Amino acid sequence: MTPSPAERGLRESATFDRATIAGIRHAAATGVYDIRGWGAKRAVPHFDDLLFLGASMSRYPLEGYRERCDTDVVLGSRNAKYPLHLDTPVTIAGMSFGALSGQAKEALGRGASEVGTSTTTGDGGMTAEERGQSKTLVYQYLPSRYGMNPTDLRKADAIEVVLGQGAKPGGGGMLLGQKISDRVAGMRTLPAGIDQRSACRHPDWTGPDDLAIKILELREITDWEKPVYVKVGATRTYYDVKLAVAAGADVVVVDGMQGGTAATQDVFIEHVGIPTLAAIPQAVQALQELGLHRHGVQLIASGGIRTGADVAKAMALGADAVAIGTAALIALGDNSPEYAAEYEALGSAAGFYDDFQDGRDPAGITTQDPELAARLDPVRAGKQLANYLRVLTMEAQTIARACGKSHVRHLEPEDLVALTIEAAAMARVPLAGTEWIPGNTKRSGAGPSTGRNTHA
Amino acid sequence: MDPLTEAITVDLATQPVRALNAELHSPSSKAYEVLAPAGAHAVAAGIDSGISVDVRGHVGYYAAGMNDGGVVTIHGNAGTGVAENMMSGTVRVTGDASQSAGATAHGGLLVIDGSASMRCGISMKGVDIVVGGSVGPMSGFMAQAGRMVVCCDAGDGLGDSIYEARLYVRGAVGALGADCVEKPMRDEHRAELAELLAAAGLEHDVTEFRRYGSARRLYHFHSEQAGSY
Repeated sequence: MTPSPAERGLRESATFDRATIAGIRHAAATGVYDIRGWGAKRAVPHFDDLLFLGASMSRYPLEGYRERCDTDVVLGSRNAKYPLHLDTPVTIAGMSFGALSGQAKEALGRGASEVGTSTTTGDGGMTAEERGQSKTLVYQYLPSRYGMNPTDLRKADAIEVVLGQGAKPGGGGMLLGQKISDRVAGMRTLPAGIDQRSACRHPDWTGPDDLAIKILELREITDWEKPVYVKVGATRTYYDVKLAVAAGADVVVVDGMQGGTAATQDVFIEHVGIPTLAAIPQAVQALQELGLHRHGVQLIASGGIRTGADVAKAMALGADAVAIGTAALIALGDNSPEYAAEYEALGSAAGFYDDFQDGRDPAGITTQDPELAARLDPVRAGKQLANYLRVLTMEAQTIARACGKSHVRHLEPEDLVALTIEAAAMARVPLAGTEWIPGNTKRSGAGPSTGRNTHA
Repeated sequence: MDPLTEAITVDLATQPVRALNAELHSPSSKAYEVLAPAGAHAVAAGIDSGISVDVRGHVGYYAAGMNDGGVVTIHGNAGTGVAENMMSGTVRVTGDASQSAGATAHGGLLVIDGSASMRCGISMKGVDIVVGGSVGPMSGFMAQAGRMVVCCDAGDGLGDSIYEARLYVRGAVGALGADCVEKPMRDEHRAELAELLAAAGLEHDVTEFRRYGSARRLYHFHSEQAGSY
């Protein structure tokens, strides 16, 4: 057997690693930048860098399977006649029909509905399958306004005005020609087969003052019935959240840079935006200063949520709910080893496949090819998603009980410590075993001076 | 008199826009007259039936937004986004309109007797827009479908990144936007232009108009065209 380069003593460059070299070679060969799906793949400070302290002498835990720990959440109570009441704080993020197959959208609706949570449309309008299978459906209002119409707007349970997403704050949607089937083209009023690049700015408003009037219009059209979310990609989150609230948002969605996409330039995904961990405390601070945190405007965090621990940590930092996208697709069957040979044939591998833009997904999820899409059984995939959502919820409950909380929302920054200085600074919780929060010079009055945020 | 045809008057000096729109969404009449709009926003937004609404005065943003079947006449000027995302019906502005008039509208007819500011018809998706005066810069940006008629001049950047919409301009046109080109006026174009002008109640010689549309060079990304984006 041929020894590997490392076994032969060859040293790989940390600066020019294999992925970097492949990127340069691709650019040189094709003259185009790499477009792909998924979210940021680089390592950034994340929820893994936080730990819960749990209960001991000074905190009283709840019994694991006997004592109640609730998970429900009300979203949009600030202005809407009919706020959403979800059974679990784990929601499904916006993903378009077009980016995903009709079967995948249906499966997301089925899975979400089974566990009493919401799913969300995307940049391409609302499909009948999705509406039909989604008990609670959030309708995205995007710059492109593809498929936007007042009939579907009234069918929605909430409206999400999208300013950006974590994978590409400042960028518009993208759907390449191979996925613009006749149905997708018809819904978007575009010629079939073209490379579609959505606008990055809304066409009829240009700033937060205008947004306030836009939200007013949406409320007027829907008779003030529906919660209005505002979604931003995580960048200047503190200011964005304050402006979104000033514009009238009932719910603010903050999507960190690990949040996924169906198609975006790799350079955009990896180099624009901030990690979810850094964004949540900024959003919470903004809401606290407005007196609306946990008492008026809800915060949904997304971008890299994978486990119930991530859910619990996001909520402990101050989110009211989370949204998952990539993890939901994996639960449906994305990157399944079942299709390992086909991923290899596409030049990728199960667990690595991110070419969501090219429409040849063997799992039938990120495709418009009828034969591939037919591989996904929406009932089975929806059941898998429901299973996964239940696990996330139960895992979050497990942690909450261990911290003595009778509701996952009662988790707080005081329950957390950080493993790294970077995570401590971003999450604004102390480095484990210390009282040190880097960058935080405030001192509280009584007790140990941690200076950390609280949810009082 | 039939109560369904007798016009109901709503005075916005004494009633909120919210009450007006709630009434228009569950109409008890087929005709309405709205007084004293005083620049209010979202006046007559979300109409979803064939009622007629006459607004006596100037309106703010998003008047007749998402109109679906209504016949709305604004006897005055309109702010940003008049008839945005209209689905069907007719919206007429007797004065001038601010920016983004008819933005993303899927259908229906928008007539502006005066002029429209920048981004008129931005991302239009099937609407017909007829402007008696001129339109500002970047009008028809990313226009996907529908027709826009400008009886005077069009500002710079007309039809930038346009898809399949057809633009007719009678007067001077500034620098065309990326991928927008002048195209020949054939008989079918003169015929549809005459129909649009007639629908709008405007009289012009169709031979004085020029047609603009997409060169379709940007439908597929090529890095050699990077300078066009």
